[in-house]
Amino acid sequence: MSVSAPVKNLGASPALEICGLAKRFGGLPATKDVSLAVMAGERRLIIGPNGAGKTTLFNLVTGDIKADAGSVKLFGRELLGLPTQRRVQLGLARTYQILTLFAGESLIHNVVLSLLGRHRARLDPWRPLASRRQLYDAALAALEGVGLAGSSGRRVAETSYGERRRLELAMALAQRPRVLLLDEPLAGLSQEERRTVGDLMQKIAREITIVMIEHDMDTALGLAERITVLHHGEVVVEGTRAEVVADPRTKEVYLGD
Amino acid sequence: MTRRIFIATLVAAMLLLPVVIRNDYYVNLATQILIAALLAQSLNVLLGQGGMVSLGHAAYLGIAGYGCVLLTLSSFNQLTSAVGAVLLGTTAAALFGVLALRASGLGFLMITLALGQIVWGVAYRWNDLTGGDNGIRYPARPSPFGIDLAGAGRFYYFTLVIWALATYAIFRLSRSAFGASLRGTRDQPRRMRMLGHNVWLIRWFAFVLSGFWASIASLLDVYYNLFISPHALSLQQSAEMLLMAILGGANTLAGPVVGAALITLVKNVVSTYVDRWNSLLGVLFVGVVVFMPHGLVPGATALMERLRRSAVRAKFLSGADAAGATK
Repeated sequence: MSVSAPVKNLGASPALEICGLAKRFGGLPATKDVSLAVMAGERRLIIGPNGAGKTTLFNLVTGDIKADAGSVKLFGRELLGLPTQRRVQLGLARTYQILTLFAGESLIHNVVLSLLGRHRARLDPWRPLASRRQLYDAALAALEGVGLAGSSGRRVAETSYGERRRLELAMALAQRPRVLLLDEPLAGLSQEERRTVGDLMQKIAREITIVMIEHDMDTALGLAERITVLHHGEVVVEGTRAEVVADPRTKEVYLGD
Repeated sequence: MTRRIFIATLVAAMLLLPVVIRNDYYVNLATQILIAALLAQSLNVLLGQGGMVSLGHAAYLGIAGYGCVLLTLSSFNQLTSAVGAVLLGTTAAALFGVLALRASGLGFLMITLALGQIVWGVAYRWNDLTGGDNGIRYPARPSPFGIDLAGAGRFYYFTLVIWALATYAIFRLSRSAFGASLRGTRDQPRRMRMLGHNVWLIRWFAFVLSGFWASIASLLDVYYNLFISPHALSLQQSAEMLLMAILGGANTLAGPVVGAALITLVKNVVSTYVDRWNSLLGVLFVGVVVFMPHGLVPGATALMERLRRSAVRAKFLSGADAAGATK
């Protein structure tokens, strides 16, 4: 297996560098020798038909599942072998395709839980959480960023699907991650909500590198600088928007080989 | 407002209990309820807030209990024995936590059950140390600051103070950052990990705190009974604590206390009138699970809320009628 990284955009340093990553589920290879490098500040779109191994790739990067081989580096630091929470401490954040929010809690409590993940107070069993004004102020600011400050006290169960998507985003952004993985941030949204969430993503600061899985090309293509096409767990095409669209292999992947 | 009055009445009742009821039997019963409540509350840190079902909680009752008795009998003073016993119980919890947290759900339950049974087996079989099935006597209740605790009333107050402190600490825990994290790992462990939380450490810490408060309760238990036997470590004890918490409502702070009170009362009072009190307990449990699946406290709260609402509606309707009549 090749360990040499496919270095592109010489001059910029890679924020996320994946080399020869592989994972099998039983006899079924879900990820086969995937290598890609995402530069700092880049917006990368990952596309591919169902079962291409996109979410598996995210799960390998976050440590939700263990890789069989390869390497994943975050700003040069090897992530494989570290537990998920350590990777998060190093600046990795992620939103989920299937929403996994704390449904019985208020929106602001969800964001506070997210902030606690990188806060040293998280094991303090004595001081009331509600007295930590700084945490609540930061959480409210994060909600404001996605236009949900007005409903911070509502419970997640009482909110719409679109609002939950925005909450997902607020929770991830509140942590001030360096690399943000977005797993289908627009899935299940109406046209109008897509535009709202798309605008929010557009506004995310450049200090945050974004890797995004998305099927909605209209919105996603507008955001992404480079696109990686995955198929059968392999990188088929990678390049700028124009390059990928022009490449015959892209059509092949989507129209069947 | 009604809540405050309710709590104030409750506190007053607890404080005045030995003064009003001058019968040692009932005062002792109240003491037993407090000890059982603390055990159920300590277990509920794991169960209610952490979502971890443990069937080995009696192990701490036994380890700290035997620890206290044996340390005192090997001529340590009572304070040293008490501190040593709590350290012993808490350390055991820390070790058991490492073992039990290798699994979750049913696996966790089975490991705690097995660990509890091992400790029980040791207490039952190691005759030279524990006196086996006969148990061992504890010489006398301690007298902190020179206050003699031999009487029922005084020991009740002693227990009440310890219980109140523990309850306050557990209340603080539930409102703290750690409490929020713990409930987070109960509801969405994978998500918590992705938010940077060390799920294992959070659960382990809950396990240790739970063991710590159970050890405190076990000291009270030894002082109350002046005796310990393998029965304190039996599976039945563990199951009973679990039952108390679930019966009262594991998702509330008051639940385990209510559950402990009810079960202790059925065991001690009803059993003098009804031979098959165990069956009665079973029927009670089934009834609560069927009609109030979240336990007595949440069930009663929901019921009160419904009554209040229908009262408001009735008032509103009659008011509307009256307004209609005047026109």
